[in-house]
Amino acid sequence: MFGEGILKGLAETARNFFGSYVSKDRLTTVQFPEQRLPQIEAARNFPFLVYDGEDWQQGMRCVSCFICEKECPPKCIFIEKSTDKKPDAVGKPQFYPKVFNIDVSVCMSCQICVEVCPFDAIKMDVAFEHSTNNRFAGLLWDKKELAKPNEYYRQIHPIEAAAVDAALAEERAKVAAKAKAAADAKAAAIAAAAASTSVEVATEK
Amino acid sequence: MTLSMFQAIDQIDQIFVTSQHRLVSDLPAEFQSISSAILSVIAIVLVFALLFAITTVLERKGLGRMQNRYGPNRVGPCGFFQPLADGVKSLTKEDLVPRTADQLVHFLAPVLLVMAAFLAYAVLPVGRNMVLVNLNAGVLYFFAVGSLVELAVFMAGWSSRNKYSLLGAMRAIAQMISYEVPLVLASIVVIMAAGSLSTVSIVDMQASYTGIWPHWFVFTPWGFAGFALFMIAATAESNRSPFDLPEGESEIIAGYYIEYSGFKFALFFLGEYLGMFATSAMAITLFLGGWAAPFSFLTWIPSYLWFFAKLVLLILIFIWIRGTLPRLRMDQLMSFAWQFMLPMTLLNLFVAGVWHFMPAGIVRWLVCIALLVAPAILLSRSLKQGKKFAVRHYRFAE
Ligand code: SF4
Ligand code: SF4
Repeated sequence: MFGEGILKGLAETARNFFGSYVSKDRLTTVQFPEQRLPQIEAARNFPFLVYDGEDWQQGMRCVSCFICEKECPPKCIFIEKSTDKKPDAVGKPQFYPKVFNIDVSVCMSCQICVEVCPFDAIKMDVAFEHSTNNRFAGLLWDKKELAKPNEYYRQIHPIEAAAVDAALAEERAKVAAKAKAAADAKAAAIAAAAASTSVEVATEK
Repeated sequence: MTLSMFQAIDQIDQIFVTSQHRLVSDLPAEFQSISSAILSVIAIVLVFALLFAITTVLERKGLGRMQNRYGPNRVGPCGFFQPLADGVKSLTKEDLVPRTADQLVHFLAPVLLVMAAFLAYAVLPVGRNMVLVNLNAGVLYFFAVGSLVELAVFMAGWSSRNKYSLLGAMRAIAQMISYEVPLVLASIVVIMAAGSLSTVSIVDMQASYTGIWPHWFVFTPWGFAGFALFMIAATAESNRSPFDLPEGESEIIAGYYIEYSGFKFALFFLGEYLGMFATSAMAITLFLGGWAAPFSFLTWIPSYLWFFAKLVLLILIFIWIRGTLPRLRMDQLMSFAWQFMLPMTLLNLFVAGVWHFMPAGIVRWLVCIALLVAPAILLSRSLKQGKKFAVRHYRFAE
């Protein structure tokens, strides 16, 4: 009929209008600062550096290998290698980053740095309220701002973190086994050497 | 007792008129008329600017609810102070002017738009004895001033040196000129019936009653059809959805005011809403009895309240329509104006003549309704049949 569609449309909007005052389920908007939805596992925005244990400087997993710096498409990572070494996540002595800066005003949240890091040292964060009143210094994050504990990583990406933890544990066990084997071999060698000298002494006598 | 009650009612009704007289009566005689005019102008500017602020928040909240959203709900109680925040924001924003723009015309366009919109209020009777000037060609003046808006819009579009602005301005001009014709033709029936171009005498004619029923022109077949056609044309004139092609956010971003920022942008909004209020107020004056009460037993409510109640009602209908209908395409818009609106308004003129010359009674009603409804249905049917759905070929796109 003539004008029927318009009337139907008007009825529909009127129903929405009055319905939104009657039933609360119609209004799906989350009132953001007061209400928050739980974050999904796959959420990500900027990278952060993972550290194990209590001390963020001692526990930092990054070994300053420069892979992420080279791979970052917009080149927003800046690393300076240390001159001394400290034990890394699995216990081997390694270099560590003296300076590790990310310019988040340039970072495009591509996660490539995370994908290429062979040491599981850099991961994507989910925190998004980073407004600052200084658009240069406020958006250049240094090592201290980037460092976050492994517990935090477990909290924001539980599945991923569990896999990383398992891999690291395996690695640590391997390194420990190797170290043990090496120590055993050393001990055996010493024992053998000691035995041979005693034999020599014996034969001389 | 009844007499004093009538007097009290009359006093409340005329309170603004008498207080204005009292204010200027102390002045020397040669300043009296000019200062009373200035007082009225200030009142009009304040009241309608306030109405603009209220409308923006009502519109945003209403549209939100129609789309199952909250709408603004942060500033003040239920978000009703949102216009204040918006005003502060638009005043403190940087005013950007494109380097290649025509600086002077670019500046003048929003000023002219708002001025033209305010000028139209001079002839609108907002209450009994409450009109700035009672021109004997008031309706004509209204439409003449209304077409100044087109000039302002084109100035904005042309001076910005931006293709979206120009496209938006050209769309706006095409649309406004096309719909001005049915707008004027739809109002001519009232002028025919009233025999006057003065808005005051048009309202006076409608402010009488048979029993409890008022003599509004909308309660006649030609008046109702005229009102509907007038409102459709008014929607198009004020560039509102579903005729908001000149702005068309999704295709030309904001049309002719894309290059405006800060307070000038706000002025464009103000001008647009003022134009909408003015045409709605004109529709009220012509068809809905102006400041007259809808029933004879309600005349004790002051006349200006009736006027603003009707105006707010029309604004709410505008918002409802905006929340419902999608935007038309340019060719649909044009064919609607020239193939449907124009024949219907011309036919309506004829029906008004028939009504005038036929003896009063039920037959006159039936004849006039038949004369309007049958052609409307036939016309819309035939327009629909003429449409073929086919793959479109663009000459330059291949
Ligand atoms: S997420 Fe992408 S852009 Fe950001 S630091 Fe990592 S590699 Fe660079
Ligand atoms: S974060 Fe990973 S890839 Fe980047 S330097 Fe450190 S260890 Fe290498």
